[in-house]
Amino acid sequence: MKRVVITGMGVYSTIGKNIEEVNHSLYNGVSGIGIDAKRIDDGFRSPLTGIIERPILKGVLPRRMRIGLPEQGEYAYVATMEALEMAQIDEDFRLKNEVGILYGNDSSAVPVINAIDIVRAKKDTTLVGSGSIFQSMNSTITMNLSVILKLTGVNFTISGACASSSHAIGMAMVLIQQGLQDIIICGGGQEVNAESMGSFDGLSAFSINTNDPTKASRPFDRDRDGLVPSGGAATVIVESYESAIKRGAPILAELTGYGFSSNGEHISVPNVEGPTKSLEKALKYAGLCAQDIDYINAHATSTIIGDMNEAQALYNIFGSKTPINSTKSMTGHEMWMCGASEIIYSILMMQNSYIAPTINFENPDEYSAKLNISGNRIEKNIDTFLSNSFGFGGTNSTLIVKKVK
Amino acid sequence: MTKEEVIEKVDAFLIDEFEIEEDQIKPDANFKDDLEIESLDFVDIVVIIEREFGFKVKGEEMTHIRQLSDLYDYIEEQVKIHS
Repeated sequence: MKRVVITGMGVYSTIGKNIEEVNHSLYNGVSGIGIDAKRIDDGFRSPLTGIIERPILKGVLPRRMRIGLPEQGEYAYVATMEALEMAQIDEDFRLKNEVGILYGNDSSAVPVINAIDIVRAKKDTTLVGSGSIFQSMNSTITMNLSVILKLTGVNFTISGACASSSHAIGMAMVLIQQGLQDIIICGGGQEVNAESMGSFDGLSAFSINTNDPTKASRPFDRDRDGLVPSGGAATVIVESYESAIKRGAPILAELTGYGFSSNGEHISVPNVEGPTKSLEKALKYAGLCAQDIDYINAHATSTIIGDMNEAQALYNIFGSKTPINSTKSMTGHEMWMCGASEIIYSILMMQNSYIAPTINFENPDEYSAKLNISGNRIEKNIDTFLSNSFGFGGTNSTLIVKKVK
Repeated sequence: MTKEEVIEKVDAFLIDEFEIEEDQIKPDANFKDDLEIESLDFVDIVVIIEREFGFKVKGEEMTHIRQLSDLYDYIEEQVKIHS
């Protein structure tokens, strides 16, 4: 099987609009969480959300390419251009070589709502406009970016709830290992707007700790009261080792393990067994044992049951020593995007030899007390890390990444 | 609405929304060949006509429009019918 490496990464998030800004925020424990007044007006239980500005692409992309992009598509475009630049893949290269795209996305609520509003009000479907359909489909990011970037390789979207983009990277890894594709643009995008979050808010899964929004997302902490929805986009360029060497591309890290499983139980309540299986599969895939992992980026979204069950799964396999954090303490839950973004956050920590703080981790609960979690930044060399992503329906994904020396 | 007002409004949305250069705006400019307006773009022209001129276009009515002057004439005629 071919070796698989990461040769570029780009991010547009609530804690920074590029790799450099994000690294600064992670290092310093900066929160991207705030209050969205619209959610208060709309009767949301929680107005807390990641705060992000939409990029201005007028003058950057021609109109036809722009109008099919929904919010998360714009984020994905910006993140992907940063990743391609880092990987030294320009348009000329893409025209002469087969480059694919596998991206995680699992909603596009605003264009759907706007289109239905127009049809109901005007009784004329043409008045929805030509961009709406391309903004509305779950595959909006891959369909738009493949056209904008003139891609000729594999091209589809993976919808696996909050594990979408982790699975996308795992699938890319498998395709490249098998020799079916050399370079795949991989990542995840997540819209940040009230419309897409109303039904989730209704489940009472979100934190209502509004006194200080930056303290609301508190994974593994005893006083956590729910997750904070967030988003943006994150892109990694996944490539065969041979291709990267041949091109003289920067090799940022090697993908060595992918584990997956399904809980087979409740649609929204996670369990311990499913994540345990995903972790074990990833270790086996990578040919590693638990002691080989220097750092774990937990899924830990700050929900009471989710964090508790993940803590048990992690303790069962890794015991008390392996350093663990949840970058969601800073970003909030980036959902469809988090699998890819947390690979990037972890690579940044590996490159710069630190483990970002789990901010707001002040008091452990019974389960997190058994784990090695810190509310402060730790300076530490990382050679191999593991990243978990879990989603509704009990979908689980685990990736293992190591430094290439 | 005078013909001049129609032309002014059409030219304005072509420049603002379709990002067409001002010097490309000529009555005999062909939508496809000169202005690179494709069939999908005509859907958005229908949306803008409804917004700017207040009448709904039927898709099939647009099929005979080849150059800019055809669009000016069509809108002028429809504005008269709907006023």
